[in-house]
Amino acid sequence: MTTETPALSRLVPVRRWKSFFESYGQEFVILAALVVLFVGVGFYNPRFISANNLTSMFVGNAYIAIAAIGMSMVIISGNIDVSVGSLIGVLGTISGTMAVNGYPVILCWLVPVLIGMVINAGVGVLVAYVKIPSIVVTLGMLSILKGGLISVTGGAWISGMPPEFMIAQFRLFGLPSSVYFMVVLTALAALWMKYSPFGRAIYAIGGNPEAARVTGIRIQPAIVGVFTIHGMFAGIAAILFATQLQVIQSTVPPNLELTVITASVVGGVSILGGTGTVIGSTLAAILFAAIGSSLVFLNISAYWLRAVQGLMILATVLADMARRRRI
Amino acid sequence: MSNLLEVSGVSKSFGPVKVLKEISFDVRPGEVHALLGENGAGKSTLIKIVAGVINADEGEVRLEGKAVRFASPREAAAHGIATVYQELLLFPDLTVAENIYLGHAPKTRWGALDWNAMRAGARALLDSLDSPDLDVDTTVGKLSVANRQRVEIAKALSHDAKLVIMDEPTAALADADARRLMDVVKRLRDRGVGIIYVSHRLPEIFALADRVTVLRDGTYVGTKPIGEVTEGDLVSMMVGRAIDHLFPKVDTTPGETILEVKNLSYRNTVNDISLTVRAGEIVGIAGLIGAGRTELALTIFGITPATSGEILIDGKPVTISSPDDARRLKIAYVPEDRGSQGLIRPQTVRENVSLAILDRIARAFVVDRRQEGSLARQAIERFGIRTRGPEQRVKQLSGGNQQKVVLAKWIATEPRVLIMDEPTRGIDVGAKAEIHALMSRLAGQGLAVLMISSELPEVLGMSDRVLVMRGGRIVAQFDRKDATPDAVGAAMTAAKAGASLESAPLGFKGAAAL
Repeated sequence: MTTETPALSRLVPVRRWKSFFESYGQEFVILAALVVLFVGVGFYNPRFISANNLTSMFVGNAYIAIAAIGMSMVIISGNIDVSVGSLIGVLGTISGTMAVNGYPVILCWLVPVLIGMVINAGVGVLVAYVKIPSIVVTLGMLSILKGGLISVTGGAWISGMPPEFMIAQFRLFGLPSSVYFMVVLTALAALWMKYSPFGRAIYAIGGNPEAARVTGIRIQPAIVGVFTIHGMFAGIAAILFATQLQVIQSTVPPNLELTVITASVVGGVSILGGTGTVIGSTLAAILFAAIGSSLVFLNISAYWLRAVQGLMILATVLADMARRRRI
Repeated sequence: MSNLLEVSGVSKSFGPVKVLKEISFDVRPGEVHALLGENGAGKSTLIKIVAGVINADEGEVRLEGKAVRFASPREAAAHGIATVYQELLLFPDLTVAENIYLGHAPKTRWGALDWNAMRAGARALLDSLDSPDLDVDTTVGKLSVANRQRVEIAKALSHDAKLVIMDEPTAALADADARRLMDVVKRLRDRGVGIIYVSHRLPEIFALADRVTVLRDGTYVGTKPIGEVTEGDLVSMMVGRAIDHLFPKVDTTPGETILEVKNLSYRNTVNDISLTVRAGEIVGIAGLIGAGRTELALTIFGITPATSGEILIDGKPVTISSPDDARRLKIAYVPEDRGSQGLIRPQTVRENVSLAILDRIARAFVVDRRQEGSLARQAIERFGIRTRGPEQRVKQLSGGNQQKVVLAKWIATEPRVLIMDEPTRGIDVGAKAEIHALMSRLAGQGLAVLMISSELPEVLGMSDRVLVMRGGRIVAQFDRKDATPDAVGAAMTAAKAGASLESAPLGFKGAAAL
């Protein structure tokens, strides 16, 4: 053990920066990637950074960032949810069907969110109290929701929703509501995770469940809580998803759960739990949207997006491992 | 007689810590050579070197006169060195025969497993170990610990071992099983196999061993033929004499009784324990590994809630069914294994220190960061935690400093009862002394401290009273002035198989302290 001399205390600001980067390293990497992408592709084709393109990019993808907030919390707690795509499909369909059938708009927005919370609270109970691994529970849930949805609706298109229902298309000061939802929810969730006892407990449980338990944290209610909150974010994401276009196809968006999980992981949330932030996952979701959009402007097949996402997962995990070894 | 194994001048360091310093000893064919020492004395490291698990930094290992250096345990096994580890390394879903021949199964001409040869071979090996009752076709998972041990020994013998290393083979066994195992060891010896026998149980060593080598703090203390030493001699060799001045225990006048435990039991690991701890008092619990000390702590703290008995705080009965309950009752537990139970390693010092009191320093769902920060800075100062600052992640700290963070976390809860399980395990000497000084100071401030330690000098140096546990029970109790190494050591090691071992010279001063 080395004894630090008092003289070192003069270096406090430097050390703060070091700690800061240890906490937010991945977020900065993604932010840098975003800047490079916008500047680079913007130079190549200025229409990429036109208001029109940016708007459609956010409207079309904000729901992924919002779903990734809840997903990040679940992964930080040491669990995972592979059913979120199906859940969003089901809740979006419920919401659209209610709207078409003339229910009050407020209910069309709130009921799916509540249903999402109830369903995921059930998932949380199975994980925390019955002690079934979350990947198994949510794999089951994936099939149940997906199969149920197709069986009931036959994949029909829903259309004719009233305009006041289309919340994703609302604008305030020229910006689409999706952007406000994404920014506000990310900020609230980040503060909640960082400053609330509940958020801290989630980090502790994911970091070392045994130590968390021995410290007197009640793990089981916390796990149910984190899944329930995740259900709420999935519900909000479903509403934005359902209202972005004039029609809703009542099926599950393909690979949505993987896109959401990828956003969390690339955003710096360790798949082993215990580290990462929801800011990172939101930035990563924006990055995916930007890459997808830039492919169009660069005249590259959009199918490359998936391959790029895959490469980013591997790069992130490798970087994470390198960082762990160094620390 | 020529030596089977010769170890000369072996040293080994892990990082800056030198765990073995120029150890020399030898084993003859047909000899049981006991290796004795406290936890941390270096026995495990030494046998790992002989078994090829790790390599020595300096020195030489000679097998039948030839210098050897094993790259792996497999290579050591090929040279006829077999190891029976304390934690049995068997596969529960495979059969007895499969386990015995795992990795070197007999093959038929066609390259398939020769089941008949395998089963017959396993049968013969087990019979030679006086275990005709063991079925070679049952899966190992269904066997008792004692029977698994026999399978493990048969596995060792299936390699034609010339040298068998046994690491505390009787630690997990009941009396009768321990005796049968010892018969097996004698059979091996009579066949000319050399045996390195690691055990804490002195009577067992007197009944079995031909010679005994004692290690202390990684140094070689001496080798003696068993006929030339008494138990008292061995205990003195193990613990040494320089105890008192190391430990800054301040004399205190204990106050009221805070924690009282009456007839507490948990399943069959904690049996009918009664004890009291008063304010300002440090009560040490001595005992061997597996004596039920940690289990007692887990039961008091509600991790494994008591199956019967009573816990009283300030004379009032309380129910503790979870760590959360214990925390509310102002009980703190600094666990044995800080890595897995004490710390959230990816989090910062600040976040770890405040973890147990988040509810208290939060207002309306928001943790008061200013209060949290000052708590962390105070902890760093008060406990002398060497860190870059509150924002450093605890996984970057040294073991001693991590332990101080765990301690700080619990002291932040303002506990009245502090249970410390192996408070200085794996910590270097300087940090050890600091932790001891802290404990002493905390007791001086009126905490009731219950300390579990496997290091006899620590127990004797720090405790106002010493309780000795064995087999889940408290078997002896000493006041500070009566707690001599000999007396406590004897109470710890007095074999539960003692009655059956006629040759064991029990009964020196203090052994009958019950």
